[in-house]
Amino acid sequence: MPESAGTAAAIVIAGAGECGTRAAFALREQGWDGPVILAGAEPSPPYERPPLSKTGELKPICDPAALREADITFLPGAEAARLDTAAHVLELADGRRLPYRSLLLATGARARRLPFGGAPVHVLRTHADSVALRGRLAPGRRVAVIGGGFIGLELASSAAALGCAVTVIELGPRLMGRAVPARVAAVMAQRHVAAGVDIRCGTGVTGLAQTASGVTITLAEGGTVEADVVVAGVGAAPETSLAEAAGIEVADGIVVDARFATSAPDVFAAGDCCRYPHPLYDDRPLRLESWRAAQEHGTAAARAMLGGTEPYAGVPWFWTDQHDYTLQVAGLADTASREVVRVRLDGTEIWFGLADGGRLVAAAAAGPGNSVARDIKLAEMLIARRAAPDPAALADPGVALKSVLRSPVAG
Amino acid sequence: MDGQQPSISPTDLYARLGTAAAPLVIDVRRTPAFEAADSLIASAFYRSPDDVYYASDGHCTHEKTLLCDGLVMGGVIECPKHNGRFDYTSGKALGAPVLVDVRTYPAKVIDGTVYIEVG
Repeated sequence: MPESAGTAAAIVIAGAGECGTRAAFALREQGWDGPVILAGAEPSPPYERPPLSKTGELKPICDPAALREADITFLPGAEAARLDTAAHVLELADGRRLPYRSLLLATGARARRLPFGGAPVHVLRTHADSVALRGRLAPGRRVAVIGGGFIGLELASSAAALGCAVTVIELGPRLMGRAVPARVAAVMAQRHVAAGVDIRCGTGVTGLAQTASGVTITLAEGGTVEADVVVAGVGAAPETSLAEAAGIEVADGIVVDARFATSAPDVFAAGDCCRYPHPLYDDRPLRLESWRAAQEHGTAAARAMLGGTEPYAGVPWFWTDQHDYTLQVAGLADTASREVVRVRLDGTEIWFGLADGGRLVAAAAAGPGNSVARDIKLAEMLIARRAAPDPAALADPGVALKSVLRSPVAG
Repeated sequence: MDGQQPSISPTDLYARLGTAAAPLVIDVRRTPAFEAADSLIASAFYRSPDDVYYASDGHCTHEKTLLCDGLVMGGVIECPKHNGRFDYTSGKALGAPVLVDVRTYPAKVIDGTVYIEVG
C-alpha cells in the first residue's frame, strides 16, 4: 500500500462494522464505480456483533471474496486518527493519509465502563472482548453482570446456558428500562428467573474488591455479591472523538441531518456514532444502538454521498435473544401515552403504544423462538404509515393484524 | 380430504406433506422435514395471493432461522429474525442481510394433499 492509498476521487469509510460495510456495498449497488476504501480499526474482516453476546462465534458479514469482487479496498487495523475536513484527508494512526471525495464516519460506539476499579471487569463490544470473556465462563463459575440492559441480559443468558451461576445487578427499578415497556420486560425477567438467574433490580454498586477467592461487589444498600467473573453491561458511548477533534458538531453522537450529513462539507456519519432527526417522531434527535439501524443507515448514507436527498425514516427496530425467548421492539416506546395489550390465544402478550391522537408509535413483545416476529413486523408497518388503528381491533386477538393495515392514517 | 387417495404415489419425486386444509387459510406454514440429498430439510410452504402454491427450504440463508415464522406480503417472505427478504416464488434473495438465494421446490396440492418435489 503506497503512503497515499486514497485519491481525491475516493469515497472513504471509517469503520468496518455493520454500518460501514453495508455502506461500501450499497455504494456499488447504487452505481458508484470510483474507489471505495473501507478502513476498519479491528484486525479482523468485517463481522457481525450480535452473536458476540449470544453464541460468541465470529460471524463474517460477508465472504472476503465479496469485498474483492465489489472492488472495495478493505484496510484492517486501520484506526482513524485525524481528520482534516478542509483538505479532505483522513489520517490513520500509522500515518497513512487517505484523501477523500466523501467521507463516512461509521465509527460505532464503545462499551461504557464502571466508574471504579478494584478488580478486573469485562465489557463486551469487540470480538477480542468476547474471546477474553468466554475463556472465563465455565460450569459452576459465579458470574456477576452489572447492568440489566440488552448486552448484560444476553450475556447472563449465555453464561447460564454454560452452567454458570449468574447474578444480574441493575440500578434501575426493572430490567431494560431504557427502551422496553415494563410489562414486556417483566416477561423476560420471569424467563431469567425460571432459568435460575438471580435478578436484583434497584441495586446500586459502590465498589469492587479483588479477594483470594474472586471479586467482592459491594452493594449500595449494604451486603455483597461474590463472583469469579464480573461483566459490566452499562451501555455504550458513541465514538465521536475523531469528529470532535475535527471541529464537527457533536452532542452525545455526531450530529447529522436526515440524510446523515455532518456539519462539515462532504463528511457524513451513520450508525451507532450519529444522532439524527427522525421524521416519524417530530424530528426528535435519535441515537440508536441497533444492528438494523446501522445497516439501514449505511445504505441511506451511501445514497446521500452519491447525491440522494431523501430523508431516512426507517422505523427503529431491535431484537434481543435471551434464553429461548426473543424480544422485539418497533418504534419508540417512550413516545406512547396510552398502551393497548393484545393477549394472543397462545398467551403471548403483544404491547402497542399509542400517542395522543391515536397514532401507533411503538409495539413490543417477548415470547419463545420467533413467535412474536410477525405481529411486531405488522406493527412496524403500521407505525411507518402513521396509522391510527382502532384500539379495540389491536386488543382483539380475533382480529388479524394484517387486516388492521387498512387503518386510517393519523391526522 | 374425504378419505380420497391422492392421485400420485408418495413414492414418486414428491414428498407428501399432509393436508392442504390448513394452508388454504394461511400464507406460509411449516411443513415436516423431508429427506433429500442425505439430509433432512425443513421446508416452508406458501400460498400466494393468486392462489398458487410454492415451497422453499425452511431456513433463512443468513442464519438458521425458520422462515415460516416470518411475514408474507404479496410474493415476499421476510425472515422473522433479521428481516432478510426472499421472493418465495423464485427463491431470490432481495438484499442485505441475505446474500444467498433460498432453494425452492415445485409444490402442488392434489385432492387436498400438499406435495413438494424433492428429486
